[in-house]
Parts: sequence; structure tokens; C-alpha cells
Amino acid sequence: MSTSRQSLSRRSFGRLAAGVAGAAGLGALGACASPRGKPSASTPLRIMAINHVWAQAIRRSTEEFEDRIGRRVSITMLTGDQLASSYNVKLNASGTDVDVMMVRALQEQLVFAHNGWLADLTDRVEQDRDFAWGDFQPAPRNASVTAGKVLSVPVVTERPTLYYRKDLVEDLGGPPRTLEALMDASLELTDRGKNFFGYVGRGQRNGAVSQWSSFLYSHGGDFLVDGRSAIATPQALAAYMFYGKLLAKAGPPGATNMNLEQAMPIFAQGKAAFYIDADAIYSSFLDPKISTVREKVGFAPFPAGPAGARPHNIPSWSLGISTFSRLRDESWEFIRWASSPRMVAAIQADGIPGARASAWNDPKTLAAFPPELAETMRLNAERGIGYDRPRVLQVSRARDIIGRPLVAGILGEPVEPVVRDANAEFADFLVRDNRHREN
Amino acid sequence: MSRTDVSEARPAAPAPRPARTRPPRTFEQANRRLKWTMLAPALLFVGAMIIFPLVFTLNLSFTDAFGAVNAGKKNVGLSNFTDALGDTRRFWPAARRTVIFTIGAVALETVLGLALAMLMRKAFRGMRWVRTVLIIPLLTTPVAIGILWLLILDPTNGIANHLLSSAGLPRQEFLGSVSQSLPTLMLIDVWQWTPMMTLLLLAGLTTLPQEPEEAALVDGANAWQRFRHVILPMLGPTLATALVLRAVDALKTFDILYATKGAGGGSDFEAETLNVYAYGLTFDYQEYGLAAAVLVLFTLFIIGVVVLLRRRAGKDAA
Repeated sequence: MSTSRQSLSRRSFGRLAAGVAGAAGLGALGACASPRGKPSASTPLRIMAINHVWAQAIRRSTEEFEDRIGRRVSITMLTGDQLASSYNVKLNASGTDVDVMMVRALQEQLVFAHNGWLADLTDRVEQDRDFAWGDFQPAPRNASVTAGKVLSVPVVTERPTLYYRKDLVEDLGGPPRTLEALMDASLELTDRGKNFFGYVGRGQRNGAVSQWSSFLYSHGGDFLVDGRSAIATPQALAAYMFYGKLLAKAGPPGATNMNLEQAMPIFAQGKAAFYIDADAIYSSFLDPKISTVREKVGFAPFPAGPAGARPHNIPSWSLGISTFSRLRDESWEFIRWASSPRMVAAIQADGIPGARASAWNDPKTLAAFPPELAETMRLNAERGIGYDRPRVLQVSRARDIIGRPLVAGILGEPVEPVVRDANAEFADFLVRDNRHREN
Repeated sequence: MSRTDVSEARPAAPAPRPARTRPPRTFEQANRRLKWTMLAPALLFVGAMIIFPLVFTLNLSFTDAFGAVNAGKKNVGLSNFTDALGDTRRFWPAARRTVIFTIGAVALETVLGLALAMLMRKAFRGMRWVRTVLIIPLLTTPVAIGILWLLILDPTNGIANHLLSSAGLPRQEFLGSVSQSLPTLMLIDVWQWTPMMTLLLLAGLTTLPQEPEEAALVDGANAWQRFRHVILPMLGPTLATALVLRAVDALKTFDILYATKGAGGGSDFEAETLNVYAYGLTFDYQEYGLAAAVLVLFTLFIIGVVVLLRRRAGKDAA
């Protein structure tokens, strides 16, 4: 009797559980199914962006765009890491709450294209005469194309600039024009007892790779040659040893933990003589709230190495449209407006370097930059190479491998064996990366 | 055959079955059914929020999922597990750091926590203040703690080095250094979690009977002997529980490590534990299959540690 009652109870419970689970399942399936039709007029156009001066400038002008499309614009600004994680979570769930995506063409575009997360913009950019796709600088334009499809439009470009202390280089005959001179001056000016350093720069394994790329190219090296690892060539080895020595002998303590956020304040607070990093951050050194060197900071082109001055000139941020967006036409309208010749010229005139040749050819757009910096940017753009990291699917993993010998150099360890090991690891990685590409 | 014979040969008609009657429902029986009904939402929630992700992760660990979780993955059997277990560059060093971090931090927290609990065992003036101050690190979020310590320990501009310099001591790199990072992070963990150990052990100490200690005192045992031979054995079960709780928590530490050292646990992977490694595989490398395999192995490892600690605790208690 008792058994019968228990089984009845279990059966009832089973029915109840199955019912609720079924209802929940159907609800979940309903939620997962891609909703059809256009969202209502009250649904905003959602833009996910990096918290960058460009995004702040565009936000100030969105009212004009909202009037044009008759729809509200909602811009979410996040840090780089948060933005990358958000895309992973939202797009893995086929989320329709992202329309326009600010992406790093050189870091994420290949893998996003592999995942099918970016809409194809080829017809839109090529068939719109007013948009003038040919007006974009060749290097950023090429970085926007994956497998023959235009997947993003570049809006911010970057080159490495040598920031230097004018008061300290007067006796040295001006800023160093070669890497050798940079090393000598940095060593000479370092005074560890007074907590003052000749050079500061990124030393983090992953973060340093993009800045190191200009040192690599200027030594005559590259990340890949004919699709194979080139990080153990004599040129690459020389670049590794140079960068390691520069930060080990003239850099601040804890350099291996330094990315932009840690290195920049050291120069801004007057504790270093030289600093090479993106030209887009120059305003940090002119802002009296952050900088103690605003009267003393100078700007110079990337110094020449054994293979000449070969800095990178890259599209640091671009705009794309999520495949899952239900407002693709509006999203394109936003990109068209935000990267139009007029807006690029206006934003560049505010001191944020864009990717349109017409803006760079217009002296008025460079008037906002200090003249020395404008000339530096022009020269670096002229000499620039269109990438600052290896063009592979898993860029972050590749950077982790390539950055290991940099760390060894900064720590004062022998670089050559680490380069050999990293080269073998990078070769294995490329096999795996190619396998992913083929899948 | 006579009729009588026939009737005699017929098998006896079965006795009529008693009518099926439902026994009267007692309050207890109704309650038993209601119990399941009341439990159903919670069980479904657990099913959806815990069991489903676990099963999904387990399933993912047998695939080559890369880039997007659902994009054309195929079954690769145990190869993610063999890849992970054969990885001497990242997996095994991360496992070693996980163990070192846990043992080092928990051991220090236990010793300090026990010492503080012994000091606070008897009431003293200002005890309420001490308890309030003690609880502050527990209330702060780990990411905020990470950023706070990053600023304090900054090698160039941090206050810690200013203090060291003014005391005539050499400046340190702390979190900026490859060799000092893990010990520094252990000390931050000790700073944050020793108060919890103290409170747990203090709770245990206050429930201990006084008589055995008084008897030992009468027998002439000194303070150390009373602690070693009387208090510590009696505190054993509380200590074991506190150890299991803290050890499992320390094994899973992520926030502080990521907030201070970032992806990969620093430039030489110096603070990369299994948790940080799995996070990096997922969000930096988008290697979902391999990341799932690492997480499954990590979960098995944690279960193993818990079973081991509980067995050990059971033996000690016996």
C-alpha cells in the first residue's frame, strides 16, 4: 500500500516536472528563435563601442543622426577587454541587441568572420559613390577585407610616435633619429637612484607585441614569411634583443607588467625621458589634470633601425554590423554617416586621426594637432606598414607566443633559447590555426 | 457424469475481490505529496542552472568547438583531454600554481586565523571595534581589492615603495615582478580571508567546554600544552570544516588574479592558475572545446581534494 502511494506520488511529481520543463523548454526555444520582422520605432539602434575619444566625439553628434533616421541611438561604451567578452557572450547567443559593433580589424575580424558574426558590407561600400570607399587609406582599407568581403569600415588609425622630453634632449642634439641613438640616450638618462628612467614602454607579453612590431620591421624582420613563422630570423632576434635590453637597462621596475595603462602615466608624471606608443594618446600628455610634462613633451617619428624607419600604420578601430542585427539598413546608415568624409574631417580636426586620405590631405584637419605631431603622423603614415600583429585567426594566442622572448629580454635572461622555443611553438600554433581556418 | 459430478468437477469460483478502497489520506501523506510540489521549482531551477551547464560543458569537452560555441563543431573524443594533460607549457604549470597558491594561502590563513581567534577568545576592551575592522576585507569585492592593491604596490608610484624607501629598505616590484607576483597575491588573499578563518574558529572556540582545560590547568599544563593537547583536538571538527570551505574557495580564486595580472596571469604566466587558464582559453583564444576539457579536469581535481580533506577530517575526528 505504501509502495503504491509512493509510486503515485512520484508519477505525479514526474508529470508536474515534465510539464514545467516542457513549458520552460518551449519558452526558451521561443526566446532563442530569431525574431522576425523589423523592431518597432521605439527600439533604439544599439552601438557597442570602446571607451575611446572617437566614441565620445561621435556620441556628442548623434542627435543629428537620430533626427535623420527617426530612431534613437544607444551607445554602450566599454573597455577593450569588456567589449571583447561582451561580443563573445552576446554573439554566441545570437543576440539581436547589438547592431553596430566597434571592432579591431586586426585582432578580431578574422575570427568574427570565421564565426559568421559580421555582415558583408561589400555592396554597400562599393556601390555608394558618395561614400567614396576609394578615399580610405590603402592599409586600413585592406585590413577591412576578409576573404574578398568588406566586413568593417575603419574609423580610427594609429602609428607609433616617439614621445620625448624636450628639456632633456637639448644637450643631445634633439630627439634620436635612429634606434641606436635612442638606446644610447635612454641609457645615459637613466638614473635609478632618483627613480628616473630613460625609456618606458609596454612590456607585457601580449600587449607589447603590437608596439614591438615597429622595432621588428625596422630591423628588417616580420612575424610571418610565406605563411611560416619568421620570429627566429636573425633580424627578429636582433629586434627581440634590442627591445629587451632597452627596457631591462633603461626601463622602470615591473616593466613586464606594463601595458598602455601602466606605461603612459610614468611618462606623463615626468619619470621617463622617452616613450613610444600610439599617436592617438598624445592628448594625455597635454592634459594638465594628468600630465606634469605638458610644456616639455615633444613628438618625433619612429626612429630608423638597420632596415630604416618602418613603423606600423593601422586601423585601430573599425565599425561593422552584427549578422544578427534586425536594423541592418539603419546600422549601415550610421556607419555611412560616422565615417563620411565630412564627419572624418570634423573628428580629425578635433585631434582624433581617421582613415580617409581626403582628411589627411586637408591641412585644416591637422590644425588641432601640435605641428610637430602632425608632421610626425604624416611621416609615419607615409612609411607605415598596415598591420602590427600577425594576421592569423587566433591573434591573442599568437601574441602570447611571440611575446615570450620579449619578456625574457626584459628580465635580462638569455633571449636566444627562448626565441628558438617560441619559434617551435609558433610553428605548431600555425598548423592548429590553419586547421581552424579550414574548418 | 451426473450434474452433481459436473458441478463438483468445476473449480471453485474465486472469492470476490474486496472493493478497492483508497485509504483515508492522512495529513502526513498529503504533506509528502505537497513536499514534492513545493520542491519542484527549486529542483527545476537547479536542473536548468547547474546540471544543464555541467552537461553542456562535458559535451563541449568532447568537441573541437572553436570561435563560436555552436559553429560546426565535431566530436573529437578524448583528444582535448590528452592535449590538456600533455601540455607542459601551460596546463601543468597552472595546476602547480593552483596547488601552491591554495596550500600557501590557506596554511597562512589557518595559522593567523587561529592565533587571532585565540587572542579574541576572552573579551577585552574594544573587542567590538576589532571585530568590525576585521570584517572589512570580507565585505569588499575582490576586483576592488585587486585594484586597490595594484595602486598600493605599484613599483614606481605606489605607496608601499615610498614607505620602504623612507624606512631605508630596498624598493620591491611586488605584482610587477615575475618572481614576486604569486607570493604577493597569496598575501593579498591572506589579508582578505584570514578574518573569515578567525570568525569561524572563534565560533568553534566559544562552543568548547571549559572543564577539560581547567582540569589540565589543575594538572599543571602550561598554555602551549593546553592548546596543543586539549583545545586543538576539541577544535578539530571546526578546523576541518573551515579548512575544506577555504581550500575549495582558494582553489577557485579568479577575480583578484585577473584584476591584478590580467589575461594569462602576467607576462610569464606567473599567476596563471587553472581558473585563469580556462578563462583565457574561452574568452581570449575562443577554444571552447579545450577550455571545457580543462574545466572538467579542474572540477574532478576539486572533487578529489574535497573527498581527500573530508576523509582526512573524518580520520582526525575518529
